[in-house]
Parts: sequence; structure tokens; C-alpha cells
Amino acid sequence: MGKQKISSSLALSENGFLFLPTTGETFTVNEMGKLILKYLQEGKDQQSIVDAITEEYDVEAEDLQRDYLDFMGQLKQFQLVVEG
Amino acid sequence: MGKKQYERPIINKQYSGFMNKFGNATVSQPKTEIENIPVKDLVAQYGSPLFVMSERVMRENQRNVARIFRTRYPKVQFAWSYKTNYMNAVCSVFHQEGSWAEVVSEFEYDRARRLGVQGEHIIFNGPDKSTEGLERAIREKAKIHIDHYDELYELIEITERLGLTAQVAIRVNYDVGVYPKWDRFGFNYENGEAREALKRIVVNKKLKLVGLHSHIGTYMMSPEPYRIAMTKMVALANWLKSQHHVHLEYLDAGGGLPSHNTLKGQYLQAEEALPALDQYADAITGPLFELESYGDSMPTLILESGRALIDNAGFLISTISALKRLSDGKRAYIIDAGINLLFTSFWYKHKLVPAQATGVIKENASVFGPLCMNIDCIHEDISLPAMKKGEHVVLFNVGAYTMTQWMQFITLRPSVVMIMEKGGVEVIRKGESLDYVMQLEQTPDSLKKFSLV
Repeated sequence: MGKQKISSSLALSENGFLFLPTTGETFTVNEMGKLILKYLQEGKDQQSIVDAITEEYDVEAEDLQRDYLDFMGQLKQFQLVVEG
Repeated sequence: MGKKQYERPIINKQYSGFMNKFGNATVSQPKTEIENIPVKDLVAQYGSPLFVMSERVMRENQRNVARIFRTRYPKVQFAWSYKTNYMNAVCSVFHQEGSWAEVVSEFEYDRARRLGVQGEHIIFNGPDKSTEGLERAIREKAKIHIDHYDELYELIEITERLGLTAQVAIRVNYDVGVYPKWDRFGFNYENGEAREALKRIVVNKKLKLVGLHSHIGTYMMSPEPYRIAMTKMVALANWLKSQHHVHLEYLDAGGGLPSHNTLKGQYLQAEEALPALDQYADAITGPLFELESYGDSMPTLILESGRALIDNAGFLISTISALKRLSDGKRAYIIDAGINLLFTSFWYKHKLVPAQATGVIKENASVFGPLCMNIDCIHEDISLPAMKKGEHVVLFNVGAYTMTQWMQFITLRPSVVMIMEKGGVEVIRKGESLDYVMQLEQTPDSLKKFSLV
């Protein structure tokens, strides 16, 4: 899988509200979704995101990888990430 | 310091223009305990999936409905509808509460007798009674509710042959304003068939007409059809009294009262959409006061309620086997209980909630059962919080028509336990084993061997 980049115009609010100005679409995310999106905006790759979250949250890396890939699939479905 | 609690990431797209005028979706609290027993303990001890019945709720329902009817009409007798749930322990609870047995087959009749119910306390309904079944019912003085003329003719023949009298009623069907009409059972009122059948019965010395029976439908969402049916039944009773001097022992209003399950296609939750049972009781008992010439010996009102007395006493615990995404990105859960256990999910949106604490953000999901069959869908669309493989869910209102209509299909049927009113949990039906399922099969010798390469 190539490196995936989050859409640069995506606006993410503190309370988990997402706005894509290019299409006018809006989304809501829970705390973990917000955190992953924040890390993606910071340009972190998958491994460093998994490391950061497992450090702070009570989750096994293997379970997190699974959820991360599922979440990325959702972002791709909503066209919020592009292959970089 | 411990780490923060993790919840898997969720993203929901917002759609404008679909606001719900009734406000936010109902918030479902997780069901972590059933009758104060942790769901995870029940699963650990008895496995998953697992049907759980509450003795307390069954008894409370029965007492509540009895009170509602007896405060309106003094002589009320309940007859437990075996087809709703004929597990011995369940039937015994209702028999202990004073209910007779209402059966619709010889299989159910035999169950009731084996459980210790006397024939005189059995109401024998149904369109398919065999000669042997009728003979036994006559000998044991069960109340035979005649469904059609061929059954009436056969009863006349049997009673003459045996020299015994049968206790009979006829099932009457009416136009009660509900369509399609339930006219496949019993004798029709409007076209005069019921009166003709009654005339033949009252002139026969071997048939003792003890009652009239009606059962206008199932999950009736309005009390009014009951009022119409009972008004017509009372008119028949008055006609029998005045024209044929028949003093009926009882009028049987049947069942069909709804439970708190929400039907598919029903917008509001059942709790909000359905009239109170008091309104049904008014509709059923009101016309009885139009009975003429009964004096102080009014007939007994028999009720064959099943669903309304047991649905909310049953829970189904299930485990999440897998999560997946459908082609459009929609969340899908696979759980270990499917339509093989929940035949009722074809018409009900069974309430389903997590059995453990979850986050507050929900996502739209489909919930599928474990069968490798496309039809095995418990919920096409349900809003659920994030859950993961191995966690449990609890389905509500599964006490009626599940443990009698379940299928041994693809997989085995699980244990059923009852949480006892005085504490403790009892297995009331063991989970099936391969040996149990295969014990009736016989393989011809010529088919016993094969070799695969």
C-alpha cells in the first residue's frame, strides 16, 4: 500500500466535526477518529500513529492495526484520503 | 497511572434534509445484567448464544393482565397458549399461576397431559385434529373447539361409536374490520355458517355445547376489532339462549394481544405506538354486559394470551463473531444467533443493545446471523455504538414464538436457562449436541462406506 495522504483542505474541529470545503460534505468522528485524523494531518505514518496510540491507550497493537486499516478504508470511501 | 480506555475509530457522514421530526433516536442503555446476573457470567457458564427467561417477569405479566381483566369482568380464566412457548418449565409457571392449557395439536395436547394438566383444563384448538386425538380429548373431557364441518361430522360419529359425550365449542370468524380477514379458521358469522353449525350441535345429544371461541388475529394493534368480535359473539350467545335454551359455560376471546416488539415498517417504537392493555380489556369485556338472561351465572371469559405474557420475559444473548464492511462502506456485524433462533426477526425489529459499556457515538450497521444464507439478517439498519469481536449483545422481547419456531438448521440450537424468581439460574433446555440431532437418522448399510481421493 502506498503512502496515504489526508485531503489538505479538510477542516477538523476540536469536538470531532469534519468539514470538506471542496465538496461541502460534513462528517463526525469519535475521539479515536479525531486523534488518527490529527496525526494524519501532522504527516505521521501508520507505524508512528500505532505507536503513539498504544502508548497512551489501553489497546493491543494488533487490534489497533486492524481498526486503523478499517478506518482508513472508510476515509478512502469518503474520498478523504488520496494515494500520495 | 493506567492508560486511557480505547474505543475503535468511527466516522459518520452527515446527511442534510433527513431530520427526524420525533427528535433523536432512542438511546439504548447497555444491558450488562439480566435480573442482576452479569451477562458475561451467563455466557461463561452456559455458552453463547443463550436464551434467558425470567420467571419473575412471566409471573408479573400474568398477574398484571389478570388484574386488568378481573377488575372489569368477574369470571376470567386464562389458558396458556402452548404454541407461544411450550417449554415445560415455562408452561409450569403459567399453570402455577392458574392458567389452563390451550393447545393446537396432539403434540401440544400430549405435552400438556404429560405435564399433569387434566383434560378438562385443556382447550383443544386447531384445524387438524386426528381421529385418535379427538377420541382421547372426548374421553378426557377436554374442551374441543370445532374448526370445520368435517371435524363436526367426525365428532358426531366418534361420540356415537364410543357412547360418550364431547364438550364442544365452535370457533367463529367474523368481519372485524381487519384485512385480510382471518376466515380460514372456524365458521363464519356473517354468512350464517356459524348458526347453522350451532343448530346441528344443539340437536345432538352426544355433543354438549359449552362455549364459543374466537381468535381474530395476531399482534392486534387496535382494541376495536375485539369489541366488534365480542359484540357479535354475545349476539350469538343471546340467540343460543333465547332460541335453543343453551346456557354457555364460557366465551373464549382467544389471544392476539400485542407485545412490546416493534414491527418492521412500524415507525414508532411499539411502546409508543400500541394502546394500553386496559383498552383491550375494555373492548373485550364491555360487550359481555349485553348478555341476556344469564342472571347470576354469567359465562366465564377465557383468554388465550401468549405473546403479551411472555415476550418481554425472554432475552437472547449473542456474541459478535466478526465485523466487516459492506460494499458501500456500511458497518456489518456477524453475531452467533440468526434467524435459525429468531424466526420472529422476519417481522420484528428486535431491540438489540450491547452487553457492555460503550462509547456514545453510533454508526449505522447491519446485523447478520451466522448462517451461510443471504436471508439470515437480524437487522438491516440499526444504529449501534462501536463494538468488537468477542463482545456480547442482548436481544429483547424474544420469549414468544422463538423457542417453538426455531430451526435446527446449519447449526445446533443453544441452551435455554431460566432465572428463578427466588434466585439462581436453571437450565430448562440443554443445548443440542451432534448426537442428539443425529439420533433419529438411519444410514442404509450400502451407504455407510466411501473413500475420497
